[in-house]
Amino acid sequence: MDQIAVHQDSATSTDWPVAIYRTLKDFGVAQLSYVPDAGHSKLIKLSHADRAIKTTVLTTEEEGVALSAGAWLGGDRAVLLMQSSGVGNCVNMLSLMASCRFPLLTLVTMRGEWAEFNPWQIPMGKATPQAFEIMGVTVLRLDNPDDAEEVISAAASLAYDGDQQVAVLISQRMIGRKKWTKETH
Amino acid sequence: MSATLGTLDRRAAVKALLADRGDLLVISGLGSSSYDVFDAGEHPGNFYLWGAMGGAAMMGLGLALAQPKRPVLVITGDGEQLMGIGSLLTIATKQPGNLSIAVLDNGHFGETGMQLSHSGLGAKLEVIASGAGIRSVSDIADMAGIEAFRTSLRDVGSGPRLARIRIAAGEVERALPPRDGAYLKNRFRAHLGFAVS
Repeated sequence: MDQIAVHQDSATSTDWPVAIYRTLKDFGVAQLSYVPDAGHSKLIKLSHADRAIKTTVLTTEEEGVALSAGAWLGGDRAVLLMQSSGVGNCVNMLSLMASCRFPLLTLVTMRGEWAEFNPWQIPMGKATPQAFEIMGVTVLRLDNPDDAEEVISAAASLAYDGDQQVAVLISQRMIGRKKWTKETH
Repeated sequence: MSATLGTLDRRAAVKALLADRGDLLVISGLGSSSYDVFDAGEHPGNFYLWGAMGGAAMMGLGLALAQPKRPVLVITGDGEQLMGIGSLLTIATKQPGNLSIAVLDNGHFGETGMQLSHSGLGAKLEVIASGAGIRSVSDIADMAGIEAFRTSLRDVGSGPRLARIRIAAGEVERALPPRDGAYLKNRFRAHLGFAVS
C-alpha cells in the first residue's frame, strides 16, 4: 500500500471496494487483471497503488481468464474484474479452467438489472449467471455492502482452496444509478 | 496476396529452441505447437495447451509475472496468436523482461485443413507486436536466427520479445503429449516446488 491509505477503522458500509481489497489481501492475491468498469474503479485504484499486486489492464475479458491460469501455474493467486457485459467473451476460455481444474475468482459488476437506462446493457446482464453456469462456474451474489468481506472470503476459499471457478456478481443496486443527464428521473 | 513462405522444419526449429533449456518454462499453443514441444522432449516445465485458443500468450504473461526470475517461452502458431492478438498489447503494458513468444508462422491454419491465415494473407505479426509495444521483435527464416533467439531467452531483463519464425507449411506426423490438464498443472507446479494440496 503506497499512495492510498486504507485504514482498518475507516470502513463504512459504503466502502465495500475497500472491504473487497482487504479480503483479497488477506487471501494473498498477487495478481489482479481487469477490463475497467466504473463500479470497480476504486478497487482498481487500490490495486495499482499496491506494489505487492501485479495489476494488468486487459483488451478483452478472456485474456484475464488465461492470465489467471498462468499466474496459478507460477504460484500466484489472481483475481479478474469485469462488468457483466464482458462475461460472454469468456465462455470458451473457461474450458481451460475446467479442463485443468484451475482456480478462478472473478468479480463482476452488474449492468442491466437495476434502474438500467441503457437497453443495450440488458441482454448480456440478464444472461450473465447462465453464461457462467453453462461452463460450470459457481455464481455467488453480493447484494449488500455489509456482506462484502464475507461473500468475497467465501468465494476466495472456494476458488483457491477448492480449485473451483467462482464468479461474484455485484448488484447494480450497490453501485448506484448512473447519471446520464442533469435532469433527475 | 501471399506472404513469403518459410522453409524451416518446425520440429527442428523447436528442438533447437529448447536445446540446453536450463530453467526455461514453456507454454505451448494448441495443435502443432504442442506436438512440436512434446516431440522435442518431455519436461515437467512444459505446459501443453490442447484448447483455449488465443490464450497461450496470456498464460505466459501470468506465469512470467509470477516467476520473474525464470525465463518463460510461449511457443505457438500464427492462427493461435492471431485469435489472441490483443494480448500483445496487454503484455506490452507490463513489459515482462522474462517473457518471450515464438510464433511458428506457416501462414495457415494447419490443424483444420490448411486454410490460409491472416498471416498467410499478408499480416506481419512481428510488425504488429512492435506496434503494440513489444520491446524486441524479430523475423527469423533460418537456423542461425533460431540460435540467436535461443541465446537471448536467458536474459530475463531484456524482454518481452516476439519472434516470427517462418516454418514450412507441410504436414508433420502428430506427436501427442498428455491431455489431462490437471496432471499437466500439478506436474508443472511440482516442478516449481509447489505442493499438491
